[in-house]
Amino acid sequence: MRKLQFHPCGNFNETYEQELTIFETDYGRLSMLIGLILLFAVVPFISSAYLLYVINIIGIYAIAAIGLNLLIGYTGQISLGHGAFFGVGAYSAAILATKAGFPFLIAVPLAGVITAIVGMFFGLPSARLKHLYLCIATLASQFILEYVFVQWEGLTGGAAGISIPSGSLFGIDLGSDRNFYYVIFICFAVMTWMAVNLIRTRYGRAFIAIRDNDQAAEGMGIPIFQYKLLSFAISSFYAGFAGALFAYYMISITPEPFNLWLSIEYIAMIIIGGLGSIPGSVFGTIFIITLNEILSLATELLMNVGASTGIAITIAPLREFVYGLAIILFIIFEPKGLAEVWRIVRSSFRLWPFSY
Amino acid sequence: MEFFFQLLINGLSIGFLYALAALGFVMIFKSSSVLNFAHGELMAIGAFVFLVLSTWAKLPIWLAFLITLAGSFSLGFIIERFFLRPLIGEALIEVIMLTVGLAIMFKGLMLFIFGGDIHSYVDFLPQTLTFHWGAIEVPGVYVATFIVGLIFLGLFGFFFKYSSQGIYMRSVADNQPAAMALGVHVRRVFAMSWAIAALVCAMSGIVLGIINGINVHEVSAVGLKVFPVVILGGLDSIGGAILGGLIIGLLETFTGGYISTSLREIIPYIVLILILMIKPYGLFGLVEIERV
Repeated sequence: MRKLQFHPCGNFNETYEQELTIFETDYGRLSMLIGLILLFAVVPFISSAYLLYVINIIGIYAIAAIGLNLLIGYTGQISLGHGAFFGVGAYSAAILATKAGFPFLIAVPLAGVITAIVGMFFGLPSARLKHLYLCIATLASQFILEYVFVQWEGLTGGAAGISIPSGSLFGIDLGSDRNFYYVIFICFAVMTWMAVNLIRTRYGRAFIAIRDNDQAAEGMGIPIFQYKLLSFAISSFYAGFAGALFAYYMISITPEPFNLWLSIEYIAMIIIGGLGSIPGSVFGTIFIITLNEILSLATELLMNVGASTGIAITIAPLREFVYGLAIILFIIFEPKGLAEVWRIVRSSFRLWPFSY
Repeated sequence: MEFFFQLLINGLSIGFLYALAALGFVMIFKSSSVLNFAHGELMAIGAFVFLVLSTWAKLPIWLAFLITLAGSFSLGFIIERFFLRPLIGEALIEVIMLTVGLAIMFKGLMLFIFGGDIHSYVDFLPQTLTFHWGAIEVPGVYVATFIVGLIFLGLFGFFFKYSSQGIYMRSVADNQPAAMALGVHVRRVFAMSWAIAALVCAMSGIVLGIINGINVHEVSAVGLKVFPVVILGGLDSIGGAILGGLIIGLLETFTGGYISTSLREIIPYIVLILILMIKPYGLFGLVEIERV
């Protein structure tokens, strides 16, 4: 057996292959293996029911956040409609499952494909628009999709929503949290693996070229409109896939969760995690969902402590305040996000005591 | 026909309100190209400060109005100094998300202090302002809105045309490096434009509060309606903002009156998508041409 490689003290890449490697050292491979074992063999058995629920939600949201990071962080196209695309996925899965009677295994990927088509349609303005204008166009798509969810009662059930029978996969019922945990995290692992590798292909490099300078990219022969649409499609596919999982996990869906707030939450996740970083999207999702849960737990606690519930109701909006503050502090003090914090911590351990 | 005229008047006054709100938005965008998502919240802050001063503290109306304007002016300064200035030169998405964060923060704070109920001002407008024309009645608040709005539009026109500060602001909007080279204090202009924008926001918030009563959620929804307005008029055109506001206001009330009330909320955004597809820089916006 060859010797385990550790990090060299600096950047010594000599070939493009070295630059493209995912794991620079065997140590990275080893820690990923340990992480996967922990994820699949340990976590589901030691977590309480509530903790397992939170972890499941993190897994679902992380898939969608990775999709958004491919669009914003790698292709540089700002979308404020990701929450609505997530909703499109949830509704497609629900409609496919109830009206068309599709099984789980087909309904979820098909919901992703439908969302990808919807996302491409709303990505069409990117042919002519950039930056601010595209941002506003996707804001409009958010409102229009929300309107469709509520008003197209024949298909979406209006404000009452749709309830879905719990899915089953290869004869195993997915009603329990632990069974669904495995579904979510196998999907999560596959989707992350696809995203990481997508960035290393010619498509991923074209996305990055468009982000860095679209005129130069076009000058070098990249058909930017097609790549932008492709990026919208991939990103929406991730959102739709996650939305479909969400619909099956929640069993019933209403238009309410898929509002502008959700889109903002997604952008907050990838900004706090780090734009243009796949692990960053996951860190950001963990941060935001944990913050949400801590804040709602704190509100609940105050509700029990306060003799009159009047105090608790006035305290609830402080949750939004803390949330906004967290976003602002991250943008001002660590604009590269948690991924950068993680990198700094790691390299200071690695280089200790002679960090430079 | 009467119904039509009533809708026309309602539409024009709502449109005027949108125009007033869009004015502050265009001002920030023109001088510092920041897309301000906290617009509705700034409006709400102004409206609530006025509520506290006029209705709860029972100050004379003119004094309350002046203190509110002064307070918003300083708030604009503070926002620019502590939140926006560290981000000069950063990526667009970060600046946008910062204003989103500000919006969430302000909204939470206001919900904490004032709750989600509708508050209303003491009735201070004289009844004689109500305007009758045949069977059509224009409520006094609309007349007052119109008068106050016109006065302020006139003042702003004058400010931008003749005052040195206004000329600096226009020069920065036009060409920032050149303005810098000629000795314009660009950072002060940024601060100034945020301060003035916050002032305009507070004013439109107060007017909105007089017409509809103040509710945090509703005011911040109006803040988002500003986007269709400014896209229609052109992001960097003040005249366009006014015309766009009137058009969107009319469109909303006529859709609400003749087609369906649920479509009313969404029609500005449908129009927005159409405009972006056909004429992305709006009616009077500056067309940016890029060639490879």
